[in-house]
Amino acid sequence: MKLLDFLKRERKKSASVAKERLQIIVAHQRGQRGQPDYMPMLERELLEVIRRYVEVEQDAISISLDSEDDCSVLELNVTLPNRG
Amino acid sequence: MAKIIVVTSGKGGVGKTTSAAAIATGLALRGNKTVVIDFDVGLRNLDLIMGCERRVVYDLINVIQGEAGLNQAMIRDKRVDNLHILPASQTRDKDALTEEGVERVLGSLSEEFDYIICDSPAGIERGAQLAMHFADEAVVVTNPEVSSVRDSDRILGLLSSKTRRAEKNQEPIKEHLLITRYDPMRVDSGDMLNLQDIQEILAINLIGLIPESEAVLRASNQGVPVTHDQQSDAGQAYVDTVSRLLGEDVPLRFHEAQKKGFLSRMFGGGRR
Repeated sequence: MKLLDFLKRERKKSASVAKERLQIIVAHQRGQRGQPDYMPMLERELLEVIRRYVEVEQDAISISLDSEDDCSVLELNVTLPNRG
Repeated sequence: MAKIIVVTSGKGGVGKTTSAAAIATGLALRGNKTVVIDFDVGLRNLDLIMGCERRVVYDLINVIQGEAGLNQAMIRDKRVDNLHILPASQTRDKDALTEEGVERVLGSLSEEFDYIICDSPAGIERGAQLAMHFADEAVVVTNPEVSSVRDSDRILGLLSSKTRRAEKNQEPIKEHLLITRYDPMRVDSGDMLNLQDIQEILAINLIGLIPESEAVLRASNQGVPVTHDQQSDAGQAYVDTVSRLLGEDVPLRFHEAQKKGFLSRMFGGGRR
């Protein structure tokens, strides 16, 4: 039985690695669709400001703009490191 | 009123021009009056694939700038009666393409033709955006490979935001996925994305699947669109694709690996 399991568990096929990577990057790209062109710049500058006060990682910030009927909401999420 | 179909991809070298030439030829062979336009200003190649490079006198830019009439610039295909080619300029730069100019040319072609096929340049710059701007339908050419799939997704984003139908809030462009250079053997061995995966990631309807085929290079060498090679798998796959574009329900072929017979294994029979 052990041997059979071993034989079945081959190394991960490259096509499934490709699929997983694509799913992530495409989801990210779609999140940016329809956003104003200034968003990446805004994200970068906000990160700079936050970093003046707290040490955060590059990917600790997420920003999104949702539009409803007559107003848009800019949502900013920053994960701060644990204190102490 | 003609139906305007853009053949696009984002990434270069995936088979846009081959597909535009093959689809235009297929549509014309089915009796539709068809014109195929090269939008790759500065790097024209459609004329070579269609085998009319020595008959180019005027081009799209000449027409847009009023230096030649449409009928002077369009080249009549040697093989198919109701097929015309409108070449791109080789010497001018892409800024010579204007939205108004393109709209005017497509407007006059629209009165005369059933189908207008726009062969887009690679990239997402001006030329590519103008090629797709006035389209009713889009054929997004994709290879089973990560960078091509990602770029196709970018193009889908542009199709849904930067085109006239999007800007005017009209019915969105009909998007079709055309997978090219598909190798079922490599899919089976787990080293190539399969068509279900690509479809799932891009989430648009599949209009055709063109297998990796020696016939494609042979066709471009000779300047004869591969649709004419009805002995070949790729040629047949493009005919199927055209039938689906015309609304017919055609089962998918060439997506499964052929079991090689004893003889072809012995003598290495290649793909036709």
